Formats: sequence, C-alpha cells, structure tokens
Amino acid sequence: MVEKTQLLGLIILLPILGALVNGIFGAIPWKSFPRIPGTVAGVIASGCVFVAFLLACSLFSGLLGHESVQSAFEHNAFPWISVGDFRIPMQFRMDALSGILCLVVTGIGFLIHVYSISYMHDDGNPARYFTYLNLFTASMLVLILGASMPILFIGWEGVGLCSYLLIGFWFEDIEKAQAGKKAFVVNRIGDLGFLLGMFLIFANFHTLDFMELKAAMGSLSVEVGFGVLTLITLLLFVGATGKSAQIPLFVWLPDAMAGPTPVSALIHAATMVTAGVYMCCRLGFLFSLTPITSTVIAVIAVLTAFVSATIAIVQTDIKKVLAYSTVSQLGFMFLAVGVGAYTTAVFHLITHAFFKALMFLGSGSVIHAMGGEQDMRKMGGLKKYMPITYWTFVAGTLAISGIPIFAGFFSKDEILWQSFSSPLGGLPLYIGGLLTAGLTATYMGRLVCLTFLGENRSSHEVKHHLHESPLVMTIPLIILGLLATFGGFLGVPHLLGGHAIPNILEHLLEGVVPASRGEGAAALEGTLMFVSVLVACGGLYLSYWLFLVRKSQRAANQEKGVHDFLFNSYYVNEFYDLAVVKPIYKVSVFLWKVIDVIVIDGAVMLTARASAFSGKAIRRLQTGNLEHYLLSFIFGMLIILYLLLSHAF
Amino acid sequence: MPAFLTEHILSILVLAPLLLSLPLFLIPDSMESIQKIYGLVVSLLTFVLSLLVYASFNGGTADYQFVEKHAWLESIGVSYFMGIDGISLYLVLLTTFLVPIILLSAWHAVEKSVRRYIFFMLFLESTILGAFLSLDIFLFYVFWEAMLIPMFFLIGIWGGKERIYAAQKFLIYTFTGSVPMLIAIIYLVFQHKAQFGVYSAALPDLLKLSLPGGGAHSVQGMIFMAFALAFAIKVPLFPLHTWLPDAHVQAPTGGSVILAGVMLKLGGYGLMRFAMPLSASVLPSFAPALMTISAIAIVYGACLAIAQNDIKKLVAYSSVSHMGYVILGLFAMNQIAVSGSLYQMLNHGVSTGALFLLVGVLYERKHTRDIAAYSGLAKTIPLFSIFMIIITFSSIALPSTNGFIGEFLILQGAFLANPYMTAVAGTGVILGAVYMLWLCQRILFGKPDAKKSEGLTDINLREFVYLAPFVILVFFMGLYPKFFFDKADASIKHFTEQLSAPAPAANKPVSAAVTPPPVRTDYDNNH
Repeated sequence: MVEKTQLLGLIILLPILGALVNGIFGAIPWKSFPRIPGTVAGVIASGCVFVAFLLACSLFSGLLGHESVQSAFEHNAFPWISVGDFRIPMQFRMDALSGILCLVVTGIGFLIHVYSISYMHDDGNPARYFTYLNLFTASMLVLILGASMPILFIGWEGVGLCSYLLIGFWFEDIEKAQAGKKAFVVNRIGDLGFLLGMFLIFANFHTLDFMELKAAMGSLSVEVGFGVLTLITLLLFVGATGKSAQIPLFVWLPDAMAGPTPVSALIHAATMVTAGVYMCCRLGFLFSLTPITSTVIAVIAVLTAFVSATIAIVQTDIKKVLAYSTVSQLGFMFLAVGVGAYTTAVFHLITHAFFKALMFLGSGSVIHAMGGEQDMRKMGGLKKYMPITYWTFVAGTLAISGIPIFAGFFSKDEILWQSFSSPLGGLPLYIGGLLTAGLTATYMGRLVCLTFLGENRSSHEVKHHLHESPLVMTIPLIILGLLATFGGFLGVPHLLGGHAIPNILEHLLEGVVPASRGEGAAALEGTLMFVSVLVACGGLYLSYWLFLVRKSQRAANQEKGVHDFLFNSYYVNEFYDLAVVKPIYKVSVFLWKVIDVIVIDGAVMLTARASAFSGKAIRRLQTGNLEHYLLSFIFGMLIILYLLLSHAF
Repeated sequence: MPAFLTEHILSILVLAPLLLSLPLFLIPDSMESIQKIYGLVVSLLTFVLSLLVYASFNGGTADYQFVEKHAWLESIGVSYFMGIDGISLYLVLLTTFLVPIILLSAWHAVEKSVRRYIFFMLFLESTILGAFLSLDIFLFYVFWEAMLIPMFFLIGIWGGKERIYAAQKFLIYTFTGSVPMLIAIIYLVFQHKAQFGVYSAALPDLLKLSLPGGGAHSVQGMIFMAFALAFAIKVPLFPLHTWLPDAHVQAPTGGSVILAGVMLKLGGYGLMRFAMPLSASVLPSFAPALMTISAIAIVYGACLAIAQNDIKKLVAYSSVSHMGYVILGLFAMNQIAVSGSLYQMLNHGVSTGALFLLVGVLYERKHTRDIAAYSGLAKTIPLFSIFMIIITFSSIALPSTNGFIGEFLILQGAFLANPYMTAVAGTGVILGAVYMLWLCQRILFGKPDAKKSEGLTDINLREFVYLAPFVILVFFMGLYPKFFFDKADASIKHFTEQLSAPAPAANKPVSAAVTPPPVRTDYDNNH
C-alpha cells in the first residue's frame, strides 16, 4: 500500500516535471543552447500526462478493489505550512470522487495534449504552450486530490494562473492579453469569497482537512434560518461562481476563448470551470446542511443556465456559442448541487467533459480547416469536406441536447428529475431547466446547420483549402465521440437500467457525497423523461427548420432590439465597466491626486513649513543648507562610534 | 568556529561592512572595477558570516543567542548589548542577502563616485544590522538614527531630478517621528532607576518594569504611542506614508531596494521587539484601531497603485499596501497572524526588492520609468518578462509562491481576531491582482513598438545572476515555509505569549501599582 500512495504524488509530479523540462529547455529563449523543438515538447508533455493517466487508472482500480467504498489513498508529500499548532501538510487524497475526476482530467487532458501537437504545430513557441498545458494539468490534479482546503486552493489559483497565461497566449494581441487579465481578476473576486469561507470554517471547526471536517460536521443537523453554516456556504459559493462562471461572475468565460482552441476545450469546458462544482460536491456534507444556500444556488444556477442559453442562440462566432453553452451547462450542474443531487452534478460534470471537449476540439478542427475563420456565417456545408469532424460533432450535439442513449441524456434528465422531485426542488426550477434544455438543442442544432450543413458560404480561396484534419487531431475526436455517445452508461437511472444495468457512478460515490434525495413515482419519472426528450427533439427540429429550410442565419436581425440585447450578452460587460471598473479607476485617481497629494501630503508639508517659519534653526534645514546639518550629524555619529568602540572592546 | 568568532560573531557581523569598507578609500579612482569587486567581496563575506550565524542558531528556544553584553555608558545605564532570536535572524539574513545583489546591480548604473556609493551602502548595512541586533534600547536608537545618514546621501547624491527634496523629506519626516520615541526611551531608563535603583536601557530589564496600564491615556498607552509613531512612519503606515513615494521615485535602484527591502521592515520589527512587548497591557485597546488603519492602508495603497503612471511609484504604493498586511497581522496578536507578518516582511523584501531591480533594469536601458514608454516587452526582451511575471505572481500572493504563505497566515490569523476588518483587507487580494496584472499588460503585452523598443536588450549574465536567486526564493519560500518557521517558531510563540500574559503592572490592581513619579521628579532625585 505504501507504494500505491507514493504513486499519488507521482501523478502530480509528472506534469510538473514535463512543465519544467519544456519550460526551461524549450520555452525560454536562451541564446547559448538549442531549444527543444515543438513536436518533441508536445510528445514530452503528452507522455507525462499519459503516464499520469495510467497511474491514476492503477490507483483507481486499487480503490475499487477495496471492500469499503469510503476508503481512500493518502499521500503525505511534505510538511507545508507549520506554525505552532497550525499545520497544513502537503497532503493528497484519492477517494472515489477525486479518483473519477482524476481519470477525467488526465484522460481528456491527454487527448487534448495529443491534439495540440498538430494544432500548435505552426505556432512560434509550442514548447511554451505545452509548459502551460502541463502546468495546468498539475494544478487541476492538485485541486482535485488536495486533502485540505488550502491545498485545494493551491490548485484553485493555479488553474487561474494557467488560464491567464493560456488565454493571453498570443499576447501580442492586446485584447487577448486583456481577456487573460479579466479572467484572473474576476476569478480573484470569487477567490476572496472562498478564502473568507475557509477562514470562517477554521474559526468554527479548527481544521481545514476535508476528512476531519466531514467528521466534525457529521453530528450537525440541518441549519434552520441564516446561521454561520449558511454564511460559510454562501461565501464558498461566491468562489464557485467565479471559477465556474455563474451569474454574476460569468463574464470572463466567453472572453476566455481568446486562447488557442484546445485550451478552451481543456480549461474552459472540461476541467477548470468545473472546479466550483467539484468543490461544492467535495463539501457536499456541508452544503447539504444549509437549505438557504441550496436555494440560492439553485435559483442562480437556473438563471445562469437560461440566460446564457439565450445568448448562445444568437452568437455568430462558433467558439462563442460553445463558450456560452458551457456557462449554461455549468448552470445545470449547479442546479443539481442546489437541489442536493451531488452525485448527479458529478455525473453531468463527467458527461459534459466528454461532449464539450469533443465539440471544442471539433470547432478547432473546423477553424483549422477554415484558416482561422470563426464566423459561422462564412461556413456551411463542411460535412463533405471533413466527415470525421462532422460525425463526431453530431455525436456531441446529440449528447448535449439530451437525445436518448447519448451521454448527456442520462445526466441532464437526471438533473431535471431531481430538480422536480427533490424536497429542495420545485416546479419553477424544473420548468427553467426544461426551457433551457430546449434552447440548448436549438442553439446546438443551429451551430451544426450553419457550420456543417447547407451550402458552403466561404470564399473561393478558403474553399480550396478545406480539408479533414490529420489523424493526430481526428483520433482524439473519435475517442471523445465514443465517450460522448456511450459515457452515459456510467450512471443509468434505475428506472431504465433496472437490475440489468447498475448505476455505477451512484454506487461509487455512495458515502463520498450525500445521496440524491429526489423521489417520486416511476410513472411520473417516465413521463417527465418523455417530455424532456420531446423538448430536445423539438429544439433540434426547430433549428433544422429555421436555419436549413428557411436559411435564416441572418433572419435574427428582424428582431433587432432583442437580438442586439442578446448578442451583446445583456450588456453585462458594459454595465460592469460603467458600474465597477471605471469608478474604481476614477476613485483611485481621486484618492491619489486629491487625498494623497493635496490633503495628506499637504498637511505634512504645511507642518514642516510652519515649523520652518517659526524657527531660524529649522528654516536653515528648509533652505537647503543641509551640508552643515549633516556634517554635524555625522560628527556626532563618529563620536558615538568612538565611544562605542572604546568602551566595547 | 574559533572561540573568538563565536563569542563576537554579532559584533563582527555588524562592524564588518563598515570597517572593511574603509580600505576602499585606498583604492585609486582609476581602478574603479577593483573598488566594485572589493565592495562585492565585503558584502558577500558579510552574507557568509550571517549564514554562519544561521547555521549555528538553535531554533528550539526563544532565548537571545550569541549574546554580547559590555558596559558602555554606565552612568546612564546604556550597554553594548547584542543578541539574536528567531525574529531578527531572518531580517538579518534578508539584509545581508540583498546588499551583494544591490552592489552587483549597480555595476554600470552608478556612474559618479562609485567608491562613495559602495561605502554608503556598506555603512548603511552596518547600521541596519546594528538596529536588528541591538538589545539595548538606546543602542538601537543610535543605529536607528544613524541609518538615516547613508540613506540620505544615497538618495541625495545618486537620486533623480528631485533628489534633494526627497532626501530632505525622508530625513526630516523620519527623524521628527523618532523624537517622541527618544523621550519614551529616556523615560523608561529613568523608570528603571526609580523602580530598581539602577539605570538600565537593556530591553530584558525594561520589560520587567511595572508601568501603569489601562487605556490609551495611561503611561503604557503613551509609551506605546511614542514608539508606534516612529515605527509607523518607517513602515510606513497610512496616513504617514507620503515620504515613501518621493523617496522611492528619486532614490537610485539600490537605494529603493534597500529601503523597501529592509528599512521598512525596521518599523515592523520595532513594533515586535520594543513597542508591543513594552506596553502589552494596553494593546487590546489599540488593536482594533490599528487593524482598521491597516485594512484601510491595504486598500488605499492598492487603489493608489492602480492610479500610477510611473512604475516605481506604483511599486512604492504597493509597498504601502503590502506593509499594511504586516501591521494587520501583528495586531491580531495570535501566532498564526504574527508568523504571517514576519513572513510577509521577508516576502516583501524579496518580491519588492526584485521588482525595484527589474525597474532598474528597464531604467538603465531607457532612462524612463513611465509605464507608457514601454510595450510588448514579452516579445522584445522575453527573459526579462519571465522574471517580471514570476515576481508579479509572488507579489499578488499566488499559492506556491512566498507571497501566499504570508498573506494566508495573516488573513487567517486576523480573521480570528477581527473578521470584519479582515474582510475589508481581503479586497486587497483582488486589487493587488488588478494593479500588478494591469502593469504587466501595459508593459509586457501588446505589439512591440519599434521606437519604444529601440536600445532595449534582454537581461545579461550579470543581471541574470542577481535576479535568479529571487526566483529560487519565491518558490522555495512558497513551497517549504517550514524551513523558515523551524527556527522562528519558538521566538514568535514567545512574542505572542508576552502579549497575552498579563504584564507585571496588570497583575496588581491599578490603584495599588507603584505610581511612577513624573520624569522631572525623577531627574531631580538624581542630582
């Protein structure tokens, strides 16, 4: 067992090593010695993540072999903070929850690394890219495997850093650099919430270790009214809204697509943004004690899901549609958290990682073929040029829309059912979720219609170069396509699976996160399931009819006011700019030029001048006759030194 | 180590830079590079000496170590009394670490009277080390004031256009602030005579005094305020900070590094060593106000940093913000926060020291500190930019860098003492990211401008040599803080216990306490 826990450290160390090697010998422009070429850097980076994936598999299977489902591997790497009794060891722990996510991060991460080798081939500095990508993988693993809140926070901010570096990867474009900064700063707002929540936890429970916290809170009953637990969870949820792009802090995610497309797939769809959801599930034992917070989460989640879906439906940039779709899907995950269905949230997190990574990589493949073009109005008919990209993308679309047997069907339907049947749920939440599901199918259908179907609208030159992407890119697409199609069988609901297909995920997470509480008659569950499938099909058909039959990709202009409002994301960015960013800058300038220079320093100088006028001796100081003053000062010093020396020895 | 060295190592450490700098004046000006090399060797030797102290320092005890005590001005109880504990240990190391780097950074930057520059820098090092190591409060005061002289000349001779104004303001502001402290020191020395029959200015003796506690208007309250004023100016704590931006902007790179890196720490150190233990019983009545001021300082400094167009001013105001954390932690008065404060002092020395050096690298090439004069540096001078980014994230306290350990401990500890002010101070976490990343965006990113990048060359070997240690420290301190706390823990614990344990005076009812006669009476008694 000793060996096994060592492996846990190795899983994290491998990508760090990859980052160091690529960073020092590839990314830094040394003059004196040659640098690692891009492809080699890519192979090193991918190799590190692949070995980490294999190790994670081996550990996870070891975990399954255990009799008790609640068991965990622990690895105490080294003592970190150690101040008196306040000790936070650099400790990692893999239980079923972190184990599954570890597989997702290293597995999908590996595919994206491989895909990037080709995608970033023509870039000026691929080694730098792979350094950041490996660093990101390491941070995400720290986040997931960290045994206490501060260790989780290392990863939490680490992914923020990598996101900053990768969004601003092409930093010569100042807008991209700006997007990176915006992501980091908005995340930091959330991080403050997280920090305060963590401090409050320590103040009340005197520990920050997850296991100890769980033990300490096991005896607590559900909090009635607004108490300290509610405050803690609300603060932590503020952290989650930052990292997982929920209202009101979702503004950074759509801008984050300034980075290379594989980054969007890895960071802004499959892994980093799910950190908030993971944190809530990890602390499920705490969140399940606070019905007020749960309600707040559920309401914000539904609002976020719905609002961002309405924005996604009018975007013309293929990546922007996917970005808002991610925000919307994260809303679904939080809806599950809000109604106490933590297992379901994890389930959707996983299936979403499959299909959203797939679709982002697919869009990357499209953009690659189109020579960098991201505007869907200039695409169309790509199906015949790039069949593999098309078919895998369709699998992703069906999955996210919730068409039966595809991965998203199982997870999303479970969320809708829980939002209806859980004691924390209710009809309004369910209807909000259902409407969003319909919108989801519509905007995804629209994306497929505009991009892959119909006639090609690109310029002659672009058309000439259209081609399917190389195998290094399509093989990851195919693997993810298979996962997006069949990944849902991880968590088949009892209603459909019965005894034949067990709900693997629920079994794994039993005891690790609080069990879902939704209950209801099988007939009702079946009916709702049918309704949601119907809505999904309706959404897809609507998009087919609107955008292929009526060819109205431009028709949205008819409702110009509404369209502009949606297209500009409800003008939230403009609002924040006016209400927060500019005022802070103006107040800062005011504080500097008026308060600091005139008031405070003015008072200081006034005092100095007043005394200067009141006495000749001091006036001499002020008139620049300083040499005298200083000479006497030094003279005095020398005397003191002399005394010191003559008496001391 | 030879016995002489072990017995006098602290004296040797303090005097070595000053005394060994004197032969500089024998080296003719025509051999400038020999002067530089000699200065560097002296500072490195001092660093090695301090490492010797570190190596033989026992972390298991809070007692002063390597103590040297000799009678000096016996008639007024002043002694030559030196010792080191886990609190001063790291501040000494920080000082001796920074000076060689400063001398290396000034290799070409200082053009006029190189010899004197090196002399004043080593002179300054001696006085700073003396202040950190003095256990006699009068001796401390001597060093405290003495360090103004070399600093005054460093700003006044090698500074920018407004150097005379800045040097005067620095000198007069800090000097004036120290006058009440001197009066308090004299009072304490006389009190010792009144209570124990002999004069003494030794800190351990003074800590045994029974001074009436109570509120801010008690004797202890007055003493605290007298000390705190001097130290708060040095920190500098809002609103006593306005000398700092002027001093920093005008000072040469090396002056800024030593000023921000070490001299400001003397404020925090003075509070820890003298002001707080000497007036422990009144601290609870000051703590809420000081935590509030610190929280304001953090936010205010950060806001002002946002507004700056001059890189050095931005870093100067960021110092106001970062040093606010130090004071916040100190007045939380628990071990977590105080440990954080000590760590933050070291962090600030590392990250701000490095930032000023990086600004110096730019200034040496373009002779401007205007943010708008730079753009796209990541493209034109990539190695510089890598350093800049790493130090930036250290400055904004990214976990796994040194900055995080300090801020995290301070905020966690302060939260236990005063959650509301901690929440206010916490916004500094956001604002810090705003001003630093905005700075990076403006100077590092975007398209390089042909005119702006003219003459910009990337970091050379010399610069790499003196910048690389900072990067190593950033991650080492961020990932293995235990290494540092192992030798500081006992002293910090002792410090917090000193504050919470009732002072001798508080043991007795206030009315029964020996009411000390006013200073005047005391004075008359002696004659």
